[in-house]
Amino acid sequence: MQPTYEPVIGLEIHGELLTKSKMFCGCSADYGSAPEPNTLICPVCTGLPGAMPVVNKRATELAALVGLALNCTINPHNTFARKNYFYPDLPKGYQISQYELPIAEKGWLDINDSPLPRGDELSAGRQLRVRVRRVHIEEDTAKLAHEKKSALIDFNRAGVPLLEIVSEPDMRTVDAALDYATKIRAILRYLGVNSGDMEKGVLRFEANVSVRPVGSDELRTRTEIKNLNSFRALVRASAYEIERQTKVYENGGQVIQETLGWDDVRGVTVSQRGKEDAHDYRYFPEPDLPPLHLSDAWIDLIRSRLPELPEARTNRFIAEIGLSPADARFLTSELFLADYFESVLAKAKSPAKTVHSWMAGEFMRYLNDSAIDIKDLTFSPESFAQLVDMVTDKTISGNSAKAVLNEMFKNGGDPAQIVKEKNLVQVSDTAFIQEAIEKILGDNPREVAQFLAGKETIIQWLMGQVARATRGKADPNVAKELLVKALEARRK
Amino acid sequence: MQLPNLTIREIHQLLLTKKISSVELTQATLQRAHEIDPKINSYVTITDDLALEQARQADECLAKGENITPLTGIPFAMKDCISTRGVRTTCSSKILKDYVPQYNATVTNKLADAGAVLIGKTNMDEFGMGSSCENSAFFNTCNPWDLTCVPGGSSGGAAAAMSAGLCNFSIGEDTGGSVRMPAGFCNVTGIKPTYGRVSRYGLIALVSSFDCIGPMTRDAYDCATVLETIAGHDQYDSTTFNLPVPRYTKNIGKSVKGMTIGIPKEYFVSGMEAGVESSIQEAIRTYEKLGMVVREVSLPNTKYALPVYYLLLFAEASSNLARFDGTRFGLSVADNAKDVLDIYLQTRREGFGDEVKRRIMLGAYALSAGYYDAYYLKAQKVRTLLRRDFELALSAVDILLAPTCPTTAFKLGEKTSDPLEMYLSDIYVVATNPAGVPALSLPAGFSNNMPVGMQLIGKHLDEQSLFQIGHAYQQETDWHKKLPSI
Amino acid sequence: MTQTIDTNTVKHVATLVRLGITDEEAQKFSGQFSSIIEYFNMLNEVDTENIVPASDIANAENILREDVVKPSMSREEFLRNAPQAEGGYVKVPTILGEE
Ligand SMILES: [Mg+2]
Ligand SMILES: [Zn+2]
Repeated sequence: MQPTYEPVIGLEIHGELLTKSKMFCGCSADYGSAPEPNTLICPVCTGLPGAMPVVNKRATELAALVGLALNCTINPHNTFARKNYFYPDLPKGYQISQYELPIAEKGWLDINDSPLPRGDELSAGRQLRVRVRRVHIEEDTAKLAHEKKSALIDFNRAGVPLLEIVSEPDMRTVDAALDYATKIRAILRYLGVNSGDMEKGVLRFEANVSVRPVGSDELRTRTEIKNLNSFRALVRASAYEIERQTKVYENGGQVIQETLGWDDVRGVTVSQRGKEDAHDYRYFPEPDLPPLHLSDAWIDLIRSRLPELPEARTNRFIAEIGLSPADARFLTSELFLADYFESVLAKAKSPAKTVHSWMAGEFMRYLNDSAIDIKDLTFSPESFAQLVDMVTDKTISGNSAKAVLNEMFKNGGDPAQIVKEKNLVQVSDTAFIQEAIEKILGDNPREVAQFLAGKETIIQWLMGQVARATRGKADPNVAKELLVKALEARRK
Repeated sequence: MQLPNLTIREIHQLLLTKKISSVELTQATLQRAHEIDPKINSYVTITDDLALEQARQADECLAKGENITPLTGIPFAMKDCISTRGVRTTCSSKILKDYVPQYNATVTNKLADAGAVLIGKTNMDEFGMGSSCENSAFFNTCNPWDLTCVPGGSSGGAAAAMSAGLCNFSIGEDTGGSVRMPAGFCNVTGIKPTYGRVSRYGLIALVSSFDCIGPMTRDAYDCATVLETIAGHDQYDSTTFNLPVPRYTKNIGKSVKGMTIGIPKEYFVSGMEAGVESSIQEAIRTYEKLGMVVREVSLPNTKYALPVYYLLLFAEASSNLARFDGTRFGLSVADNAKDVLDIYLQTRREGFGDEVKRRIMLGAYALSAGYYDAYYLKAQKVRTLLRRDFELALSAVDILLAPTCPTTAFKLGEKTSDPLEMYLSDIYVVATNPAGVPALSLPAGFSNNMPVGMQLIGKHLDEQSLFQIGHAYQQETDWHKKLPSI
Repeated sequence: MTQTIDTNTVKHVATLVRLGITDEEAQKFSGQFSSIIEYFNMLNEVDTENIVPASDIANAENILREDVVKPSMSREEFLRNAPQAEGGYVKVPTILGEE
């Protein structure tokens, strides 16, 4: 009887670090904003004879931060190494990387073997602990543009700090791999070390895939699928490779260890045999860089900068603040958003759910519409809290609050001041509202008749007229009560 | 008065007292170089225009009395592996024959800032790979003491130019004796400083963990003066010491009485030329007369220094020379190249000489899967033992004394057929580089009319003692004042 | 341990360092390499049990750069040395194994 096969998947994730300058030189690392090729270059990152690397301090801090977030041990003594191979995008003929003693190793990340839930479920699938083998620092390569008979090289990206996160082959489903990759991306974004912008290539996956009979614990020959630049490619390529290898075994064949590329158009993995013979990388310690000594005090300092991670924060928002899982996940998706939310919460007297619904609703809508970076907001969490509280204590109506928020986004400022200037204080004065209602009912006999004939939904339309007539200042609850009363009075 | 043979401080006085201008001195030096160098071929490039411009600026400083350093207006030569912006820098290799760097080495900048005048770039073994200067892709340099002999290597051009009076100091680079050995062969004073004392930024790397830039001069005092100028921490070289540079001339002239010399017994066994040995014994007696204590010490792992040195050299060099691939600078051979691999293969085939090819292939071998532990890693471990040897020996004495080379300069062509035999001529100089300690080579007499070099090896960062003890010897002897008749 | 470096090994390492060599050269280097490697094998005599490789011994304390952007070099100057350039890029022939 044919055994059934299960996949064994390990992931290598390459993420660029968000530093200002490159890993080993002072050139700007923001190659995405460079208008022209080869404008962010120097002797070091173009590999000119005699140029030497100097380690970017910030990059080591960010790398250690990621290591700690992934529960790794930070190596107090860690070394750089040269990975030797020839390729036109590698100016020195070697990549400075870390080999024997990476900055961080032996960590783990808890994942689920199903993708992140979208709704209000707490989690999906089985929980699984994936071991993180190592996290190391290296440098990115130049960018190649392949033409018909030539290739064009732009060294602006060469030397940008890159973090490589290598997992153990602990994943048994494509979904698990997807969840792992998703969570790593979220953590990197959360720590502010990577934008997670997959289209820009700042995060790339490499999947190591093998299959084996279910129940066995052997590790069979694996293949490496390189340069997977999206979650979709990761999922499709892994699934394809699992199926391919399973068929090889079912047909009595053997899988050969090789490096594969992913052809997204045809939906197949393709062998990259051309690169095979170069696989003897001849690693050795980088003699131009002394080993890094990271003291306990330094490691503690980095640890103190570690924010509460998205997963933990989500759980706390659910348990302590009482948010729904979906809302909590939304708010913790960005560090700054979550921090902002908590600051507003701390200042506001309104219930958490109210604060959240304003954050998730109007606030996010303006943020997206105005394309303002949340970090550049011109008003403080205090101001936002004050605005929400004014709705809660009925000083202003919800509609007015939207107008005030609009104004705050445009010109900043103090919500109380804006309310005063725009004369938006909500009116619960029944006489004032009553007067407006009587006028509206008088002007619209057809609608009144419809209501009396049983079309209750017409109330919504009439409420709109009231809001317009009172310029949004009427307390909607009071107005509705008076409106219904006035209509009922006409029934008699 | 033959100006080219004066010391830096003698010329400095002449410049200060306006007996001569830097422009006059530079013109005389350039003229002499153009006249004499065709006989010895020490220069790859003579930088007439730049030299005269730098000399003019130096004279301006001297006239105004501003920014005057001991090197202001002094003509010097520099080994052609140190980057000079706008001046081609070849490493005496075909692959860099027309390479003009876009930036200066830190040392180049420091010397320019000090007002020194660059006369030209000097010949060397290709990428520093050699002990005789016969591995230059361009031409052999001859020893000014005997034009049929080698000047030593790899900084042969810098030593020969200094010896022949074609500059007043020169800058060499020592990976495993490349300053000291030619200094010894050519009768000049030269130092390999402590590893990490002088910035390597802009030095085209041979062995990143061995390479040391060091000056060659008429005497120990000048050597101290030049080293003071070029030494120090560099933010662009992570392997430089972040320590202030001492005044190396400070202890010069102080008595050496009571200081101790260690004689490594392993250096005095076999294979040494008789005239070399007698010169060294004579030098030891000179020091004893000065009241120094001489005792025998042991460097037990000496016989392993050569394999350790060459293994690590091959390994690092194979990686350091990978960037010469014909895509961004230097030679590019693309005859009917159908892909980039063709450019790599053809450029490196045509651009590198045989010795370079040998060494980078052996380096790849020593690092490749399956051999790393047996060769590269083993060599790094034995290197630790070599360091300990020096630490231990130097814990009991102030300096070590040894010959620079087992023989005097050999004939051109004598050792070119057997690479291994050529490697053996480095036997006394290579161990200091894996160990990182400083060493000074001084003229110490003659054997069969050819100069004999003596080497003083010091503790880490203790260049001061080397200069002090070297200077004391030069007060007692005048070997360093002997000049070739060329 | 006696080991000879045959011409195939020579050709393999030549490929690793991207050096075009002929059969005759491989033959010549093979002989030279064997005697040099034989000489290196002398290191086998040394007991290095528990000896830390020198590469792990730091000479200096950490030398790190602050994350500050410095001006770049001029592109013209960089490209002046390039054998082939086009539109601000360095140009090379097709890369094998790429579409
Ligand atoms: Mg990598
Ligand atoms: Zn750069």
